Amino acid sequence: MTVWLVVLVVGLATVCFKAAGPVLLGRRRLPDALSGVVALLAPVLLAALVVTQTVGGDNELVLDARLAGVGAAAVAIAARAPLPAIVVLAAATTALVRLLA
Amino acid sequence: MSGEVVERASYRKGARAVFAIAATVWFFGASFGLLARAAGWGVLAPFVMSLTTFAGSAQFAAVSILGTGGSAAAGIGAAVLLNARYVPISISVASLFHGPRLRRLAEAQLIVDESWAISSRGSGRFDRGLLIGAGLLLYVAWVSGTAVGAVGGEALGDPKSLGLDGAFPALFLALLVPQLSDARAQAAALLGGAIALALIPFTPAGVPIVAASAACLLGIGRRP
Repeated sequence: MTVWLVVLVVGLATVCFKAAGPVLLGRRRLPDALSGVVALLAPVLLAALVVTQTVGGDNELVLDARLAGVGAAAVAIAARAPLPAIVVLAAATTALVRLLA
Repeated sequence: MSGEVVERASYRKGARAVFAIAATVWFFGASFGLLARAAGWGVLAPFVMSLTTFAGSAQFAAVSILGTGGSAAAGIGAAVLLNARYVPISISVASLFHGPRLRRLAEAQLIVDESWAISSRGSGRFDRGLLIGAGLLLYVAWVSGTAVGAVGGEALGDPKSLGLDGAFPALFLALLVPQLSDARAQAAALLGGAIALALIPFTPAGVPIVAASAACLLGIGRRP
């Protein structure tokens, strides 16, 4: 019962969140004052995702093997490696460091 | 070539672009199904959650909170906070969706961090074909992974031992770097990352990302 309540409410809320822009705004252009703000959403949210997925924990900063994976990815990015190679290298490095630690 | 043929080719490009990450997403879907099953959710509830919510972190949070004796309100609150980022994310790609309202509602469900990130072309521009193509493949991977995990995931092993949790920040970093072409984007990204980092120890998961979006205000009143 509790499970289904959570599944249905979270599902409904998420459907609405994802539809907010496409359904309410559609192709209407944003006012110019706001278009500069929206243009920065991608770099800002990507940076926040990098941080939370690298060192995020349960209400604490966690420094673990993910850091090594992201470090390896940074080197691969600087060397202009293709995206799948970057992702696979990061996973392999994370797994290896976790295994050794 | 007609517009539709061009768009189809672009869908395939999007699917190819996220192939490696879709494999990772499949494993995480399987571990979500497995954990949910182990927490007494049965098979159908995790499957329905993956079909409707389609956002890993919120689903894991819901399972772990209910699994450790948390209330429905606590589980819902955490998952909703985690997914609140989809409001600014969906606003950023709003112009890619057209046609009847119901169609926009359905297609918008393919927006997920990875499909959104891969479709970003810098300066606030996004590619519709990449978003839809990548989103479809990721959706199939997440839902089928969940089903396999819920039915018999014990055989698959722990995605963490495969280092798969290191793959996601690497993907986001790889997609962030080309976005940092001008000083304002660099400053905003730095500020957003710093806000997220500062809040992680003090707020429930999800809040750091939503709060970080305040860094976008650096772009107020300026043309991209």
